[in-house]
Amino acid sequence: MSTVRIPPLLRARVGGTKQVELPAGTLGEVLDALASAYPVLRSLLFAEDGTLARGFRAFVDSRDARLTGGLSTPVEEHDLVVILPATGGGGGGGGA
Amino acid sequence: MSATRAAVGTGARPPGHPGPTRVALPAAIRDALVAHARAELPNEMCGMVAGTATPAAGGRPTTWHPTRNVAASPFRYEVHPDDLLRVSLDIDDRAEEVWAIAHSHVGSPARPSPIDVERAFYPDALFLLVSLDEAEADPATGAPSVRAWRIVDGQVFEVGLEIAG
Repeated sequence: MSTVRIPPLLRARVGGTKQVELPAGTLGEVLDALASAYPVLRSLLFAEDGTLARGFRAFVDSRDARLTGGLSTPVEEHDLVVILPATGGGGGGGGA
Repeated sequence: MSATRAAVGTGARPPGHPGPTRVALPAAIRDALVAHARAELPNEMCGMVAGTATPAAGGRPTTWHPTRNVAASPFRYEVHPDDLLRVSLDIDDRAEEVWAIAHSHVGSPARPSPIDVERAFYPDALFLLVSLDEAEADPATGAPSVRAWRIVDGQVFEVGLEIAG
């Protein structure tokens, strides 16, 4: 089993649950299992095209899943999956 | 197009403002934000402030966590993913909450830009902005402008800062 840490922002929607144990697989499969356990999370975690919603980052075994295959990232037994709200922005300008 | 609503004075909460309209920020954290902003020049700085709870839940700030700006840009910021994970887990393991996300604007006011609003995913926290634009500095002291905001569903609300200590 893997452990999934639910972001504090979403815990009120899942009865205050902090983390859950779910079968290992790919990150997509683990998050799908999470959304099956807590259907209220599905539309929050997934974009319409099935990718991770842009407001969240996912980490598998402390690695940013954007760098390891996205939702195809393998989640091994005993891995910790952490979901966090994304950060970003800036003053803009400079042609950026 | 986002709306910006300023909370001024100490009266009742303006209509539509999610509150709080004012918060206390320790001077030590304010000073650390400004120091980090200056140290990161020419790029924007970023970091996170832990609190006893979110400002939306009436929490007070406890700890400043400076982070790396993985964008390494004068115009953009993103908390380095390794720092986001480390700091977020540290805050969570202490049974605290993210009280604020902080970053600097090196040449524009301490007001959320359109991209700040577009990428604001902490509706219960504050967004603390430091402006290093000299035109925005306190005319009496020269201190950089530091302002606080809540960004909820694309709506921007200023939260008054009371520097304490």
